[in-house]
Amino acid sequence: MPNESILLSMKHITKTFPGVKALDDVSLDVNECEIHALVGENGAGKSTLMKVLSGVYPYGTYDGDIYFQGKRCTFSSIRQSEQAGIVIIHQELALSPYLSIAENMFIGDERAKFNVINWDRTREDALKYMERVGLRENPNLPVNKLGVGKQQMVEIAKALAKNAKLLILDEPTSALNQKDSEHLLEILKELRDKSNISSVLISHKLNEVASVADSITILRDGKTIETLQVERAKDGSVSIGEERIIKGMVGREITDMFPKRNNPIGDVLFEIKDWTVLNPDNPERKKLDGVNIAVRSGEVVGLAGLVGAGRTELAMSVFGRAYGKSITGQTLIEGAAVDISTIPKAISHGVAYVPEDRKELGLVMIQNVKENTTIAKLKKISNMAVINEHDENKVAEDFCKRLNTKTPTILQMTGNLSGGNQQKVVLSKWLFTDPRVLILDEPTRGIDVGAKHEIYTIINSLAAQGMACILISSEMPEIIGMSDRIYVMSEGRITAELSGKTATQEEIMRNILNN
Amino acid sequence: MSGLIAILKKNVRQYMMVIALAVAMISFGLLTDGIFFRPVNLTNLVLQNSYVLILAVGMLLCTLTGNVDLSVGSIVCFIGALCGVMMVDLQWNPYVAMLVALLVGALIGMWQGFWIAFVNVPPFIATLAGMLVFRGLGQVIMKGQTKAPFPREFQLISSGYIPDPFGGFAVGKLNFHVFTLLIGLLIVALITFSEIKKRKKQKEYDFDILPAGVWLGKVIFIATVLVAFTVVFAVYKGFPNILILLGILVIAYQFVASKTVQGRHIYALGGNRKAAELSGVKVRWVMFWIYTNMAILAAVAAMVFTARLNSATPKAGQNFEMDAIAACYVGGSAVSGGVGTIIGAVVGGLFIGVLNNGMSIIGISTDWQQAIKGFVLLAAVAFDLYSKSRSSKVS
Repeated sequence: MPNESILLSMKHITKTFPGVKALDDVSLDVNECEIHALVGENGAGKSTLMKVLSGVYPYGTYDGDIYFQGKRCTFSSIRQSEQAGIVIIHQELALSPYLSIAENMFIGDERAKFNVINWDRTREDALKYMERVGLRENPNLPVNKLGVGKQQMVEIAKALAKNAKLLILDEPTSALNQKDSEHLLEILKELRDKSNISSVLISHKLNEVASVADSITILRDGKTIETLQVERAKDGSVSIGEERIIKGMVGREITDMFPKRNNPIGDVLFEIKDWTVLNPDNPERKKLDGVNIAVRSGEVVGLAGLVGAGRTELAMSVFGRAYGKSITGQTLIEGAAVDISTIPKAISHGVAYVPEDRKELGLVMIQNVKENTTIAKLKKISNMAVINEHDENKVAEDFCKRLNTKTPTILQMTGNLSGGNQQKVVLSKWLFTDPRVLILDEPTRGIDVGAKHEIYTIINSLAAQGMACILISSEMPEIIGMSDRIYVMSEGRITAELSGKTATQEEIMRNILNN
Repeated sequence: MSGLIAILKKNVRQYMMVIALAVAMISFGLLTDGIFFRPVNLTNLVLQNSYVLILAVGMLLCTLTGNVDLSVGSIVCFIGALCGVMMVDLQWNPYVAMLVALLVGALIGMWQGFWIAFVNVPPFIATLAGMLVFRGLGQVIMKGQTKAPFPREFQLISSGYIPDPFGGFAVGKLNFHVFTLLIGLLIVALITFSEIKKRKKQKEYDFDILPAGVWLGKVIFIATVLVAFTVVFAVYKGFPNILILLGILVIAYQFVASKTVQGRHIYALGGNRKAAELSGVKVRWVMFWIYTNMAILAAVAAMVFTARLNSATPKAGQNFEMDAIAACYVGGSAVSGGVGTIIGAVVGGLFIGVLNNGMSIIGISTDWQQAIKGFVLLAAVAFDLYSKSRSSKVS
């Protein structure tokens, strides 16, 4: 290590959202001239920590202190953190697609005199920074003409133009192919060695992390678990392997968080066969490739995988083709092919999908509990298209009681409920459709532990009634604790089928990463 | 008491609108020495605003989806021109011609609905195109001429009054229209009955309810106002035909919007289109029918307007779309969609109508009227946003 002095020090950071402690006494030290990896499961708090650092969550909304280059920081906006030299590059690129590389690079910091842009200087400076990241393109080219890998380079060049001393990259390689990923990591090393620029690399690709990082901090459940120093021998071998990182990431034990379920498991109820779906944004790529899944009645089947593995896309493409292009494959209920190619057809065949994003896709937030409960099957409580208010009230009241939904009355706007109660309303909506197949997409995301336990209990009772449940979750303890069987998905394919009784988190992680 | 304040706060927008309407009417009553409240003026008020109110009923459904329909004014012109050709030039039977006009309205709506729902053309663009197309086509088929006069049966839509099979009832100098009185009383009885039923239901489910005294006051107030207006119409010539048509439309659409599956689907779509779609709402068809319906109502408005003027002109219907849109937003529709009621839109439309009428009587020029209407629209929406941001801070 050329220089061991500390560049960034985040001390005892605690950040709470209503009902959830996202960060709990997290500390992070980043040295000068190092690539520091930040790893952890989805929801472990990595992104929240970086948002605290970059001022997205302004000073005062969290507890703890941040020191950068020895100075205490009280950022109240991204602009302030950028001025200090901390630049964050988000997973979704923040480029303006129809503007040129040079224009994008200096947005908000235009090379101008009296508000008149000096185009010669803009291009000259752009070329200078582009060279540092190895981007050989015409600076006048609109960025939408570039591939994702090169767009990523534009982002980094843009960060350099802001005089960044610390780059934060949130899953920079998740959308890149092998070659572009390697190039990006090379650039990070070069910036470290030649320009003394440190990076914080958030990544799920542990092989990358192990190969490039100088130190690794592992977060789990909003807490710092450990920081590992990576020693690199001359022959390129490293002291920390993927196995070691995985152990740190998933090291928690499952207690009785997940209630036991002892119902008998019946025959195969729902099957998906040879399911192949093209990515609607990029029709040359298959989002799902020959997926086969079978679920028995009374069974909970887990779908494990990282974000982007195609689990949500599988669920939505099956459920009335709500996602995807050129869908091929078959869906069967009790061995007979069924047509569930539109959402109303799927509902009438007893297929229900509880979406991942309840605010955007699950609820009408400006409508009340009652209206949200009945919307998916108003037919059941209406006569000649006229809604029977008495029946509707009764249905909504019953579901609130059955699922223990805490709301002042059924006329409360769902936007005013807590996350756990909102999720119960979404569940009510789908249970009201009398489903036989229930697909649950991250049903406990962003809700507190108590409500999680209640949701698990509800899922168990539904399985006990003979429903076939598919559980999509990025929380591995949840998948292992709840599932009878687990399918592991990676890049649109099923890579393993494991028994829920014997599966371990290491085994799942290995099956995801070995792909 | 705190419960009452909470309920009032929650419904502040609705109450404010009704209060504003009452204040405006009473002020004009005072400013005009009572001319405003004369039977002939109130009848005029209804006739003058009927077509905008009919358009507002349809427009409300568009605003519920977070959109508007800019083409309705031009459709009024086009259908008016068509009526002129059919009834004035070709001397068709007026009833046949009216049926054809409604059908053409439906076709126009399906045309626009098709582009909006199935080709994903933004409603603003699709109806902006319709605005240009149908204004142009209307002028083409009129060849720059005004079509007049229309047959008597057609004119009666707007200038007729309901008949009185009881032959009237004289008290001193005043001659009461008995059938009008009966209808008025029937409506009051129905409203009172439904209020009682609603309150019983609310109690059953333990919802927030108004304290008994306040509730009774509200019902008595509504009944008194309705009886008063009925009497005013009864001493003139009775209810105008157009008021009955308007009443039926408002009640029917209010019923569809608030009590039926289709209505619920519209509100769900407006509140969150993606969530509604994932709940099995056929969002494309909902959009299609909303715009089809809008054009049918525009055809109705066209006939009402043409009958009232007894002529079809190339300039007919200009800015009607803006008046209808303003009525919806003044009446409490949210620009983002999902919020608004038929009654609200009608109250909003009436409010603008009362301003127009009252300001005309006290001699404010139309130029000023236009400007004042603009300020009212701005104030109503700004107040809406303000009260929303406050209530969200409280909770």
